[in-house]
Amino acid sequence: MKFTLEWLQSHLDTSASLQEICDALTDMGLEVEGIEDPAAKFAAFTAAYVKAAVKHPDADKLRVCTVETKDGEKQIVCGAPNARAGMTAVYAPVGAYVPGIDVTLTKAKIRGVESFGMLVSERELELSDEHDGIIDLDAGPAVGTPVAEILGVNDPVIDIAITPDRADCNGVRGIARDLAARGLGTLKPYHIPHIAGERDPGRGVFLDFDGGDNTPCPYFVGRLVTGVKNGASPEWVQRRLNAIGSKPISALVDITNYVSFDLGRPLHVFDADKLSGNVGARLAKRGETLDALNEKTYTLDETMTAIVDDSGVVGLGGVMGGMPTSVSGETVNVFIESAYFDPARTGKTGRKLALESDARYRFERGVDPAFVDDGMAVATQMVLDFCGGTPSKIVTAGAPPLRRHMVAFDPSHVEQLAGIAVDADDALAILKDLGFSIASETPPYAIGVPEWRGDIDGSADLVEEVMRIKGLDAVPNTPLPRSVGIAKRTLSAGQRRERSLRRTLAASGLNEAITYAFIKDSEAAAFLEGGALIALANAISSDMTTMRPSLLPGLLRAAQTNLDRGQSQVSLFELGRAFRGFGPTDQPVEAAAVLAGQAVPRSWSKAAASYSVFDAKSLALIGLKALGAPVEKLQVFASVTGHGPRAVFHPGQAGELRLGPKNTLARFGLIHPKITKQFGVSGPVAAVEWLIENAPQPKRASGATKTALKLENLQPVERDFAFIVSAETPAQSLVKAIQGADKTAITNVQVFDRYDGVGLQPGTVSLGVCVTLQPRGESFTEAALDALAQKITKAAEKSTGATLRA
Amino acid sequence: MADAAQLKADLETQIAGADSLDALEAIRVGAIGKKGSVSALMKTLGKMTPEERQVEGPKLNTLKRDVAEAITARKTVLEDAALEAQLANERVDTTLPVDLPPQGSIHPVSQVMDELAEIFADMGFAVAEGPEIEDEFHNFDALNIPAHHPARAMHDTFYFPEAEDGSRMLLRTHTSPVQIRTMLREEPPIRIIAPGKTYRSDSDATHTPMFHQVEGLVIEEGIHMGHLKGCLEAFVKAFFEVDNIKMRLRSSFFPFTEPSAEMDIACSFEGGALKVGEGDDWLEILGCGMVHPRVLQACNLDPQRYQGFAFGCGIDRLAMLKYGMTDLRPFFDADQRWLSHYGFSPFDMPTLAGGLSK
Repeated sequence: MKFTLEWLQSHLDTSASLQEICDALTDMGLEVEGIEDPAAKFAAFTAAYVKAAVKHPDADKLRVCTVETKDGEKQIVCGAPNARAGMTAVYAPVGAYVPGIDVTLTKAKIRGVESFGMLVSERELELSDEHDGIIDLDAGPAVGTPVAEILGVNDPVIDIAITPDRADCNGVRGIARDLAARGLGTLKPYHIPHIAGERDPGRGVFLDFDGGDNTPCPYFVGRLVTGVKNGASPEWVQRRLNAIGSKPISALVDITNYVSFDLGRPLHVFDADKLSGNVGARLAKRGETLDALNEKTYTLDETMTAIVDDSGVVGLGGVMGGMPTSVSGETVNVFIESAYFDPARTGKTGRKLALESDARYRFERGVDPAFVDDGMAVATQMVLDFCGGTPSKIVTAGAPPLRRHMVAFDPSHVEQLAGIAVDADDALAILKDLGFSIASETPPYAIGVPEWRGDIDGSADLVEEVMRIKGLDAVPNTPLPRSVGIAKRTLSAGQRRERSLRRTLAASGLNEAITYAFIKDSEAAAFLEGGALIALANAISSDMTTMRPSLLPGLLRAAQTNLDRGQSQVSLFELGRAFRGFGPTDQPVEAAAVLAGQAVPRSWSKAAASYSVFDAKSLALIGLKALGAPVEKLQVFASVTGHGPRAVFHPGQAGELRLGPKNTLARFGLIHPKITKQFGVSGPVAAVEWLIENAPQPKRASGATKTALKLENLQPVERDFAFIVSAETPAQSLVKAIQGADKTAITNVQVFDRYDGVGLQPGTVSLGVCVTLQPRGESFTEAALDALAQKITKAAEKSTGATLRA
Repeated sequence: MADAAQLKADLETQIAGADSLDALEAIRVGAIGKKGSVSALMKTLGKMTPEERQVEGPKLNTLKRDVAEAITARKTVLEDAALEAQLANERVDTTLPVDLPPQGSIHPVSQVMDELAEIFADMGFAVAEGPEIEDEFHNFDALNIPAHHPARAMHDTFYFPEAEDGSRMLLRTHTSPVQIRTMLREEPPIRIIAPGKTYRSDSDATHTPMFHQVEGLVIEEGIHMGHLKGCLEAFVKAFFEVDNIKMRLRSSFFPFTEPSAEMDIACSFEGGALKVGEGDDWLEILGCGMVHPRVLQACNLDPQRYQGFAFGCGIDRLAMLKYGMTDLRPFFDADQRWLSHYGFSPFDMPTLAGGLSK
């Protein structure tokens, strides 16, 4: 909402400075977004006296002027036909920026004659389109007088943001009322003219809604003014409209705009001779069209309020009028419409048609329902003043939808809610200044809400009014009550383990990334695990249409862009939600990591290597450990289920870490080459997914005490075995079998070698296993060690068919 | 016993002249080995009379010991020389580069979330969470944003296709639905912050369609706007780690708070660098207010008994203001160069004792 200081002062009698006014506005919730001082644009330009003007020796149309300026006497070459000795002109010195020609002046030589600056036209100053000659100031102001002062363009324009609740401040008068309540002056009385009119307008107005439910347009007022002359509006109206960027068009149009900006009351004017029959409001019929004032055609539907005459739709209620019935310079009879349109419907109509207008903006937020008749009176008076003519009586349909809202208010609520200790009389006085009425003598007071404050609901709203006007500096700075003692832990166990996973992965050399939760549908589809894709109804880009079913596609895309940017190694992880459905539990927090490029960089000491499935497995276990998962109890399953319609992992180089046969805590492996190809990544990519919510929460005993540690004094013994097993046998099975051979003595089983070369039957492999045996209480005898070796060999043979390698 | 003396002199000359461990070993065997010259002399003791033996015995023993010691001494010298030669041979170029373990990093948004958790833990706030795909009730209706209110249209909401019953799920436009979920789940007193992802269909240098917010909520008996001011001032000072920071509250509007306010902090843009806390410009950092009675009612809380405040603040923006990023978009680009530069060491855990930032 824009207005000028002078415009504001037409409603507010104030001696407050511009700065004081702006500070108060911002503090009261009418945030000043900009103050434009038009004088600033003209700061370089001053009045100058043309002492002499002689013809340029080499150009017929140029004159060489001797000009008395604020900088002393200057020679200026000028091409204007009206440049002459004895005139007072506007001088632009060398160095000045001339907005109309977008040039910063330099010393020039024009056809051999030096010129120091310029004498400017109105167009060159962007004052008007006038360019027939240079500005000729009458009454000769003193040399050096700033041009802004002479032209009266020193009225600052204030631009404020109006929050949706403050519909009353969509007119200058509402803003003035707030400032007056704040104590920055007095609200000037506003005289609503009384215009009875002489005869009937010759056409009626009507409301035609199904079942008489007039909610879309409860009140409609019309008046005819005959014999008008629609010329230009007065200079002061044009000046104010121009200042706020609303282009003056003609007196009748300017009046509707002016009343809208001044009083927040939108109106419409029809050329009465272009209307046929009665005028009124009804819901549009699907398919009806309107050639609107913005020169576009809109197709309406049955949810929209149409303004109609006998010929059909002539306007879109509360949004925009129609071109065929609009006023023009030839208009002699004008039909003025003042009505109330339902905010919700007006907003919906505007959004549906993508049609913005000053009227829609105001009706959508709610105009003063008690001001429909007054708005008509004000507009009629302006028509009579600017265009002459004879007013008819008004014709009305329906009734204004007055709220007559009362709120019970105890001023002590201000201190209770806002913390400001305020005198009851003081609080009531503020409300009165804002237009509220007080209908009882003792608290709680019955407060009558003015019709223009549709936002006021209950007592809390009145507290806000008092607080706003008192200013938020008055709110005390009160520390929150603290509990006694030291602050307690506030993170949940789940939050702590996510934090632990995040910092552990970063400590393992990975960079935490945050990628968009919506991705390309084809990339989401590749990672879908059953169910359907979750696509947005109104995506803003084809790359961001579908909620990610996994964190991996986003990270793969990131891996590709990083590699394409020349990064030789990519190690990224992310923690965030994956989306498998709409319910709160269908959006689990998961983590994922990708490793791409060179795992081991090329160096003098080592050969370069890319990432392998085992890098992924190692990372998976590191992460699970950080999550507090029982890593020692997990089993690796070679198949990676879950990702359809096709597997995203390499079928032979991937696995799942499960607790029990079904509960998958993590997936790891190389990404399937088809997927890396789809994502444009060259070379193998290792990846991990942690299904965090599947990992059991680590149990926390009552205290922080750890279980007691028992250390054996006797030194453990290591024994190496070489077993020959089928190549299909997972090493994990052999290790498990050995572990189970003697749970007391065997404390560790380590595969240290895997050999499948010369000397072995095809399809078999030799696994070197180091078993750590812990003596308990007394050292092993040779016999005991032999017995253990027997047990180990037997157990291995029994469960995996392993034989000792000869 | 001129022989013994002579022998000793001879042997000492030989030992000193031994230039390798092998040569020395040969001398040792030739002298004190079983068939060595000294051992041969020792054997003559057996044929001596006891009186002779008493005289010659100690002499020969001394001879044997002296020779052995001379051999040991020579052996040490030779071994040292051999080791020295070997080590000299093992010299490497220590100026060659080594591989350092790759440095990982924590995203600034996560770091700032941890900072917030730390600050607010001191004031007794727990961290609450909620789903990102929300329904209209939690995101709008319960927050006093009715269906056709302009404020609802202003949210630039991402919707999912309408369900058969006409309801629409959406991506939460703010973290405020977590307020609702918390109040529906827990009895006051409530003190929570709810950091998380939020979504709006908006995109330019300072807006991305996904961003992060933190919500704060306090519901207790007797909490008023002064507590809000006190809490926010404590938060801003702690977060920006400055003792003096110029800030102001000014009236504003949010459907879910009444009264509502926005908070600005002073800043300056001297020399193109943003400085927070002082200066003549104001930067809006958060919206806040007293929880609207209708919101309390929607959560089955009696507004006559409970009141409290709520605030909402952009986390990405907080990170930018504190750590100097000028563009929001790279936050979500996963560019490793950006992540390494603006990210944090996993060991820089924000704590009150150690400070929130380095």
